[in-house]
Amino acid sequence: MQNAGFIFASYILTIGSILLFAVVTLRRARESAKLVEDKHKPWI
Amino acid sequence: MSQTSPQTSPQTRQKVSNTGTQATRVIGALAILVMIWVVISGLVLTPADVVQGESVRIMYVHVPSAWIAYVAFIVTAIASAFFIFSKRHSLGFDRVAGASAEVGVIFMAITLITGSLWGRLTWGEFWQWDPRLTTTAFLFVTYIGYLAVRRLDGSIEQRAKRSGVIALLAVLEIPLVHFSVVFWRSLHQRATVLDPNGDVKMDGLMLFTLFSGVIGFTLVFIWLVLHRQRTMLLSDLAIERGIDNAILERKNEGVGR
Repeated sequence: MQNAGFIFASYILTIGSILLFAVVTLRRARESAKLVEDKHKPWI
Repeated sequence: MSQTSPQTSPQTRQKVSNTGTQATRVIGALAILVMIWVVISGLVLTPADVVQGESVRIMYVHVPSAWIAYVAFIVTAIASAFFIFSKRHSLGFDRVAGASAEVGVIFMAITLITGSLWGRLTWGEFWQWDPRLTTTAFLFVTYIGYLAVRRLDGSIEQRAKRSGVIALLAVLEIPLVHFSVVFWRSLHQRATVLDPNGDVKMDGLMLFTLFSGVIGFTLVFIWLVLHRQRTMLLSDLAIERGIDNAILERKNEGVGR
């Protein structure tokens, strides 16, 4: 494949950024969930 | 003989429910499946372009991320409008707006980086002060500013009002970005799929992979916004509770004197 470096870099950056943001989001969610009782979580 | 440590005993272990639900788990699983398909099809199955060659494979992540960034900023504006103009001024709308803007900024950054890589292969330059690129960078910086305003000191209501006004103004940039290739001479190609004449010159599998990318990124967007706005609700509740506790402590101090 021609220009494979650029093509793979764009896929790795895209998927990597989304995964990183998802992990940070879930970690923040876990930290915040400890501060509030379940009765205040309307989605439960 | 087994021993139960105090940390792991059922009496002391408290189960905390996070922001996930059955719906978010289904959306997340679907998003992963679609994204796996997009990567396989985009990198292996789809043919190279007649003009652009293999570099066209970047399109399957660049175009959907740009579209989702637009969608995210439009959702931010709509949710902000609901907050500002509705009678109840529900902070739930503000949290959706904030969550959507955060996700939109991530997708806009992805758009700029993948576009830069694609530009290097197509135009020979990572960056050109071209109308489409410049307006996109301006849109990105505007929403970074929006997120910065959300972090300013003040009450949760003040945050919602300030950022809501900015969101309603910032969304006006999106038509400017989208039609920049029509208004001015641009290196960037014009719309291929959303051609006003309805004439789509693209191979069937390429088009299907591109649409799969849009669907996959949309599922990722929904998943992220659901989790993020729930986390914001928990943070807001924790802040409110902290303020309530501080007021209560002050009152008790006054009674004790």
